[in-house]
Amino acid sequence: MSATQFKSPVVRWIDHRLPVFSMLHHTAHDYPTPKNLNYMWNFGSLAGLSLAIMIVTGIVLAMSYTAHVDYAFDSVERIMRDVNHGWMIRYIHMNTASFFFIVVYLHMFRGLYYGSYKAPRELLWMLGVVIFLLMMATAFMGYVLPWGQMSFWGATVITNLFSAIPYVGESIVTLLWGGFSVDNATLNRFFSLHYLMPFIIAGVVVLHIVALHRFGSNNPIGIDTKGPQDTISFHPYYTIKDVFGIAVFLLLLAMAVFFFPNAMGHPDNYIPADALQTPAHIVPEWYFLPFYAILRAVPDKLGGVLLMFGAIAVLFVLPWLDRSPVRSARFRPLFRIFFWLFFVNAIALGYLGGKPAEGIYVILSRVATAWYFLHFLAILPLLSMFETTKPLPKSISEPVLGSSGRTA
Amino acid sequence: MLKRLFIALFALTLAGPAMAAGGDVELQKRDWSFSGPFGTFDKAAMQRGFQAYREVCAGCHGMKLIAFRNFADLGYNNDEIKAIAAEYEVQDGPNDDGEMFMRPGIAADRIPSPYANDNAARASNNGALPPDLSLIAKARGNGPDYLFSLLAGYKDAPEGMTVPDGMYYNAAYPGHLIAMPQPLYGQDVTYSGDADDSIEGISNDLVQFLMWAAEPKMEVRKRIGVAAVFFLGIFVMVSYMAKRRVWADVH
Repeated sequence: MSATQFKSPVVRWIDHRLPVFSMLHHTAHDYPTPKNLNYMWNFGSLAGLSLAIMIVTGIVLAMSYTAHVDYAFDSVERIMRDVNHGWMIRYIHMNTASFFFIVVYLHMFRGLYYGSYKAPRELLWMLGVVIFLLMMATAFMGYVLPWGQMSFWGATVITNLFSAIPYVGESIVTLLWGGFSVDNATLNRFFSLHYLMPFIIAGVVVLHIVALHRFGSNNPIGIDTKGPQDTISFHPYYTIKDVFGIAVFLLLLAMAVFFFPNAMGHPDNYIPADALQTPAHIVPEWYFLPFYAILRAVPDKLGGVLLMFGAIAVLFVLPWLDRSPVRSARFRPLFRIFFWLFFVNAIALGYLGGKPAEGIYVILSRVATAWYFLHFLAILPLLSMFETTKPLPKSISEPVLGSSGRTA
Repeated sequence: MLKRLFIALFALTLAGPAMAAGGDVELQKRDWSFSGPFGTFDKAAMQRGFQAYREVCAGCHGMKLIAFRNFADLGYNNDEIKAIAAEYEVQDGPNDDGEMFMRPGIAADRIPSPYANDNAARASNNGALPPDLSLIAKARGNGPDYLFSLLAGYKDAPEGMTVPDGMYYNAAYPGHLIAMPQPLYGQDVTYSGDADDSIEGISNDLVQFLMWAAEPKMEVRKRIGVAAVFFLGIFVMVSYMAKRRVWADVH
């Protein structure tokens, strides 16, 4: 870092006293990155961009939003109708929330497929799971703010889950509500926390990046970089690649925002909250549906809640469930099959979460839930014991230079 | 028959869980002028739709989010808007004596609702609450098709189905029993000119008006959208070419 020489004397003067330029240079330029990352490695920067868009649009929305049960719904409509370009800011906020989850889910599946959670990146992975949990809480509370029917009933159903906890459950629910039902106090504290949590997420993202930079990115081969021939500097190679990813992301986001802004929302949320009228089917936002399916698959309330949180908790201990020393699925033929089964199963859970809890859907939800946990608790530990893995290449530069068809 | 089945299935998958309660609802899929990325509202139809709303629906349904000034979107000029607003009586106050008073509406007023509150609305409607229509086109799955099908969906109940007093059979309504009596019979509104005043014609006009009311910024949204997608499309190409060039020495 000390060897860094900047051309501008002003920059040199500042950097000598406050080494921010050296830090930036070190993170963006010197930072050696495997040369063979594929496009699945684009989703980290896209998640960061999503968070930034959410924070900026959210701060602007908060300038015109009123957190009160009598005014919240109409204040959102005022943003949609009377605030200059308010409709655009709100639709960007709404749709980026969905895109944020799409991007993060792809980011997580990438990590699962290429074994990015394995030593020495366990904490990096666990910090990611923390971010995911915080995102879920933030998104849930944000969905309550427009105070539509799904806001109200979603809040009622989800907060009621905590009442399943023995002894302290009822007290926790009262604390969450700030009273004895979902009401004005609930809306106010949700608004307060919804404003706070993105900044906590941003803090954990910094830790996530610090942990990432300790050992650098994993890569599709899953073996450690052996020297300069395996790496390229982050800038300009990955900055330009990320810019391209961002362009595609923004194009898709613009299509959603401007042409299908409500496609990922629920029509019932354009009906003002009514405590006396329950919607026919209370469904959470689409990105919660797999976990909602797990919750409803269990006939017992406490059991359902435990399994739902267990579905995320199991991700925390994943680095110790999958003990195979080989990271990438490319060299694990059996793991690869089970990964795709898990992927299909996760999609199926999402589909089932959106269906009414009756008949065949309940049975299928149970099978899919069982498979979800079986994958982590039985299949992965067994695979790491019995699977015969393919021989690993000696270094990254070998397969990259060796096979003509594969691009980095 | 097959087509109808397909449409119903399509509607169900689109609306997903929202419409699942309805089960066998019949939705008529129509081509709306406002569908698609370049779709726009039909101003003449919206004006007729407002007339129909005012003469047929407004007795029970409010539209409290809509202000008279918004009618500029329907193609009315300022004088016409002032004239329309002045035809309404709006409560204002309190005045210097502390009394509420009635005055003719102005452009900044919102359309007055027919009932003072929800309880008054229920009391006048057999316990049923006529929903505010400001957002109705977005608050139902496949809103425009649903509203059109609902208005044209009044039929005789099928064999063996008992319709309780004060309820009506409607093919498009989830559960089929609706508390709203049939609002349109054809020729309910006297249009100037030779616009279609059949049930379908008036329903079409009402849907145009209600979709605008729910999503008044749709036209500007799509206009900006076309420009944004065009710009970002170029951005995608340029950034891809830049990426190729930067990476040329790595491959």
